[in-house]
Amino acid sequence: MKLFLSLVSKTKPPFLSLRVMQTWSLVSISVLLAVLVRWGVSLNSYSGAGKPPMFGDYEAQRHWQEVTYNLPVQQWYFNTSDNDLNYWGLDYPPLTAYHSWLCAYVANILNPDWVELHRSRGYESPAHKLFMRTTVLVTDVLIYIPAVVLYCLYLTDGSAKRRVSILLSMLLYPGLILIDYGHFQYNGVSLGFALWGVLALGLGWNSLGSLAFSLALNYKQMELYHALPFFCYLLGKCIKAGLIGRGFVLLVKITATVLVTFGLCWLPFLPDPSQVLQVVRRIFPVARGLFEDKVANTWCSLNALIKIRSILTSDSQLYLSLAFTLLAALPSSIRLLMKPTFWNFKLALVNSSLAFFLFSYQVHEKSILLAALPVCLLLNEFPLMCVWFLQASTFSMLPLFLKDGLLVPYTVTFLGFPFLTVYLLSALEDCSEDELKLGTSGKLFPWIPKIYLACIMKWKFYISMALMAVLSVLSVVMDPPPHLPDLFPVLVSTTAFMHFLGVFLHFSIVQFMEPPRKKSRKKNN
Amino acid sequence: MAAQAESWSWFTALAVGVSLFKCLFINAYHSTDFEVHRNWLAITNSLPLSRWYHENSSEWTLDYPPLFAWLERGLAQAARHWDGDMLRLDNLNYASPATVLFQRLSVVCTDLLFIYAARECCRCIRVQKAPQVILCRPSFVLAVLLLWNFGLLIVDHIHFQYNGFLFGFLLLSVARHLQSRHLQGALLFAVLLNLKHIFLYVAPAYGIFLLRSYCFTLDRPDGSIRWSSFAPLRLLALGGIVISVFALSFGPFVAMGQLSQVVSRLFPFRRGLCHAYWAPNAWALYSGADKALAVLGVRLKLLQEAELPRAAMTGGLVQEIQHAVLPSVPPAATLLCTVLAILPALVSIWRHRRGNRAFLRCLLLCALASFLFGWHVHEKAILLAVLPLSILAVESREDAGIFLVLSTTGHYSLFPLLFTPAEMIIKVCLMLMFTIYSFTALGNLHRSQGSLLRPMEVAYLLGLATVAIACEFIFPLSPWRQKLPFLPLLATSVYCAVGVSYSFLRLYATLLRIDDKRKQL
Repeated sequence: MKLFLSLVSKTKPPFLSLRVMQTWSLVSISVLLAVLVRWGVSLNSYSGAGKPPMFGDYEAQRHWQEVTYNLPVQQWYFNTSDNDLNYWGLDYPPLTAYHSWLCAYVANILNPDWVELHRSRGYESPAHKLFMRTTVLVTDVLIYIPAVVLYCLYLTDGSAKRRVSILLSMLLYPGLILIDYGHFQYNGVSLGFALWGVLALGLGWNSLGSLAFSLALNYKQMELYHALPFFCYLLGKCIKAGLIGRGFVLLVKITATVLVTFGLCWLPFLPDPSQVLQVVRRIFPVARGLFEDKVANTWCSLNALIKIRSILTSDSQLYLSLAFTLLAALPSSIRLLMKPTFWNFKLALVNSSLAFFLFSYQVHEKSILLAALPVCLLLNEFPLMCVWFLQASTFSMLPLFLKDGLLVPYTVTFLGFPFLTVYLLSALEDCSEDELKLGTSGKLFPWIPKIYLACIMKWKFYISMALMAVLSVLSVVMDPPPHLPDLFPVLVSTTAFMHFLGVFLHFSIVQFMEPPRKKSRKKNN
Repeated sequence: MAAQAESWSWFTALAVGVSLFKCLFINAYHSTDFEVHRNWLAITNSLPLSRWYHENSSEWTLDYPPLFAWLERGLAQAARHWDGDMLRLDNLNYASPATVLFQRLSVVCTDLLFIYAARECCRCIRVQKAPQVILCRPSFVLAVLLLWNFGLLIVDHIHFQYNGFLFGFLLLSVARHLQSRHLQGALLFAVLLNLKHIFLYVAPAYGIFLLRSYCFTLDRPDGSIRWSSFAPLRLLALGGIVISVFALSFGPFVAMGQLSQVVSRLFPFRRGLCHAYWAPNAWALYSGADKALAVLGVRLKLLQEAELPRAAMTGGLVQEIQHAVLPSVPPAATLLCTVLAILPALVSIWRHRRGNRAFLRCLLLCALASFLFGWHVHEKAILLAVLPLSILAVESREDAGIFLVLSTTGHYSLFPLLFTPAEMIIKVCLMLMFTIYSFTALGNLHRSQGSLLRPMEVAYLLGLATVAIACEFIFPLSPWRQKLPFLPLLATSVYCAVGVSYSFLRLYATLLRIDDKRKQL
């Protein structure tokens, strides 16, 4: 609490002095613009539109509404005559199911046909699309957007204008918008809860932070990508406060919060252990293989050279990926455990989620959003790197967007985002300073003068942007040669993989450097 | 020079941003105007010139002047490589994804002219000293008010029209006059008249201003006209420009003896006093009063309900209306009212040489007067006043107040244009965004001179918000929805008409007050 008060007293003066009226209006304009862009994207097609028999994620979400609304809780995760798990069976944690039930409740009031058991399968109509899109917008406005606004106003350094610029850049990140409002998913909910967790931890409310993060975990199991840093940060704080005294109390409080939250979320399943087991089995489908489709991670990129899936048994694939993931994620987490500062926490979030994305088992291309969120949190400190990464992450999902018929919104946001952020955050002008923060550049490449390094960074950025643009155009315009039908998806995912690997290495180096002195004083208080 | 170039990078950012933003609405709802323009593409592409204004196989006949038809023909050349099917005359209501993309992009691309014009307008701003912070500069505020104008965005990029292109000509012509490059301004305006004849509304301001300020070079000491300073060469140059533009545009049709046919297409007087939805003008007030009197009369048993003409006015889509109590209004009466309303403004700029700003003020008064009293006015015509008024709004506090009242009411009156549920969020958010920006930015710009709005105006605008909430959200849930489906439209028009009329009167006051000051000197 004391920490929070000191933080507030520190953040308030610059926030108030720059004419609150002006900041207030700029923030609301940014939020409105973000809503408009989201809604503009949502006017387009969604995944699996008019493609029976399986349709796509849109139908999956609608089907979950149908199932949760019509069946008792005990049957949600079980294969029964009323619940065919092979047709978009529920495979997310209970909070998602409750959310589906809530949406279905509203849907049933508006039009019972939308959620009627069995007969509503594959239901599509403009009114239903409007309803589904609205549910996404509602959750975004309630959960994700407020978290972003508060984060940018309270936990970002700089002038009011700078904070609003960060806010706008973060809200307009195309990847999340295109997946949630184009493809159709509710990533805003889980990412929003995770962001509320980060926000609360940043303000010193440890219990609230763990509550929010537990909710995120219970909404989408993929949030485990972020779990290690959360765990290490909180544990590190407890250790720092002394495990015998205040730290122990803190630890008990946090543990209790997490246990109670999980208990409440799983309450309907707890009485019967077989229920719990079944839910867990549904959430972690180990049998689905090392990777599916073309995803920009290590295994899929290696696949072009070595066919791992045919060499190794599926068990050894699992252990291999587990070993690599831990190897990649642990250093940053241990570093965080030793030095539990907020700065380290943000970096560890990036590194951990990227490690999971690059090396873990059964990764989806959409999981890059989990890495994109913590990268957004670093926009203020590393504008160029972050914009670069965010752009690459949007690009990595190009094959998905093309399949969903989202070419027009993809083009608009793909062009608009780097333009806007580079202008707003003056990313290209700061890249020499960016390098100073990296600090190791001098040690790694002592023969390159710093000015040249900034120039090299800039050109690398331009060339990579051009490469992504060219590959996007080629994927749309050209037919691949008949003997290489997956040529463009592979090229796209490999290119994106290189970017992700580079960013992962960059932020790992940054984390093991001493934080900039100014920063360390501020965050350690 | 480098500093000059750099200081405009924000303008590029705004322009690129808004252009991409427009592209987001490619798949949004579009009105029948989309089919109108597709049909014109087909007409101008597949028929010879002599058939353009005779063709009537679609109900959406060509009713814009010839230069616009040529523009459509130019677009059709590009459309041929895109999706040739949209150019077939018999392919009515054709809207393939490629056609939608092409037509939407054509609006976004022709808007480049508007962007250029906005930039020229920003350069004409007079400021004592430019603030360091870009956000607080008048030119920045003006650029946002023009480029991100709510009305233009929804009318052009959702409803579908080419207003941005046309207003580009108007604003560029205004900017040229503000820069005292009168011949260019006149040329641009002549071209504009041949693109869309609705701009005839403001032609009197152009005529009087050019005659007075350009053709007479000197004044008497008291500012009144010195007849001996008449410069015939200047008049000849002006006349030559205007006549040659008209000759280029209408000449071929005169040669083919089709002038009367073209004119009958351009001025369809068979349409009614009010457009499908009432524009918030004097006739909306008049008809509203008529309605109120009729209801009151029936209540007080002064009138028999059966004797009243059927209340067609509330039916929305009617061509002819009959008033129940008050006398019906013939077209001539609307013309007379319009002329009477603009006369004082014209006299004012004729009697004394006034700056280029007074010309802009007079232009605005012409636009507003014809909006208020014209025959069959579209609610979209309010943009003709809102856009040029933005220029004055960033320069003076009083005009900023008028702008806020006029733009808020005028923009709100555009709401019925978008009635589909999916576009609801867009219009509400976009309107909020523009309104919040214009209030805070203009307030910030003139903050040293006190508040922009009088208490009464604040009360009126709060009332507008109440009407908006009642009409958009509460009314659809109420039991009156079935019985009086057009009540919200009526309420919106009448309420907004008050605001527009008020802005008109205040704007008049500013023009005439400058007159008084001059006399006292």
